Amino acid sequence: MPIDPEAAKALRFAPLTVDIERGRLRFFAKATGQTDPIYHDLDAARQAGHPDLPVPPTFFFGLDLEGPDALRYLRELDVDMARVLHGEQSFVYHSLAHAGETLTVRPRIVEVFAKRGGALEFLVKRNEITRAGEPVAEATMTLVVRNPGAGG
Amino acid sequence: MTTTVPAVGTELPPLRVEPITRATLALFAGASGDHVPLHIDIDVARAAGLSDVFAHGMLSMAYLGRLLTGWVPQHRIRSYRVRFAAITPVHARPVCAGRVTSVENGLATLELAVTLADGTITLTGEAVIDLR
Repeated sequence: MPIDPEAAKALRFAPLTVDIERGRLRFFAKATGQTDPIYHDLDAARQAGHPDLPVPPTFFFGLDLEGPDALRYLRELDVDMARVLHGEQSFVYHSLAHAGETLTVRPRIVEVFAKRGGALEFLVKRNEITRAGEPVAEATMTLVVRNPGAGG
Repeated sequence: MTTTVPAVGTELPPLRVEPITRATLALFAGASGDHVPLHIDIDVARAAGLSDVFAHGMLSMAYLGRLLTGWVPQHRIRSYRVRFAAITPVHARPVCAGRVTSVENGLATLELAVTLADGTITLTGEAVIDLR
């Protein structure tokens, strides 16, 4: 069954509130081999003019994965995770975020389209990230759903 | 950190990453919040018809992000996007590269790529840097 674009775009996501924690940012720096001290050493961050450890550019991707059932929308659209690939990812930045802040994530499906007669479906999800109503970033993910039986 | 306006064609110093281990993937799963088991559980990967787990695309995007923040302070990055072109296997040694393709109205556009030792391009992308 192809994904119904209108049903997908009408899906409602509860906004998610995420506390940005220093320890988690240090863990992310370690996991990504980041050696620049501003990303793990509070003194270095402050000397560079930051109020706290900065959130690195791609950390925003995982913010809404903190929710209790982050992949529910895929089930609601009847998409099997085993057929999903991460095709593209983009970020637009408005202001830096730092440890100690509380961010709000508002996800929505912005686009659904198919290629090769439905053998590949593309699901585009955009997370709007704000701090006290001010824009911080938009994170847009394109998932590719493979439907080997469809199209040709 | 760059302070002058870069010329079109300027290449960023490449970032050579340590080989990706299974431990790297376990740490990244926890740190990034992406717990998709295909990246950390070989049983799940095999059940999906793969011979092994493979690295998160977002891990390579994070490495490319290090290339960017090593070149300019992070607040100058206006946008950053990538296309995931190929899977990154365990033990791969990604090399991150960037090149200035245009400088206009105080904005530099960079073309980005991550390449493995065998020549496979795993990511291509673009970032816009505010030079003002």
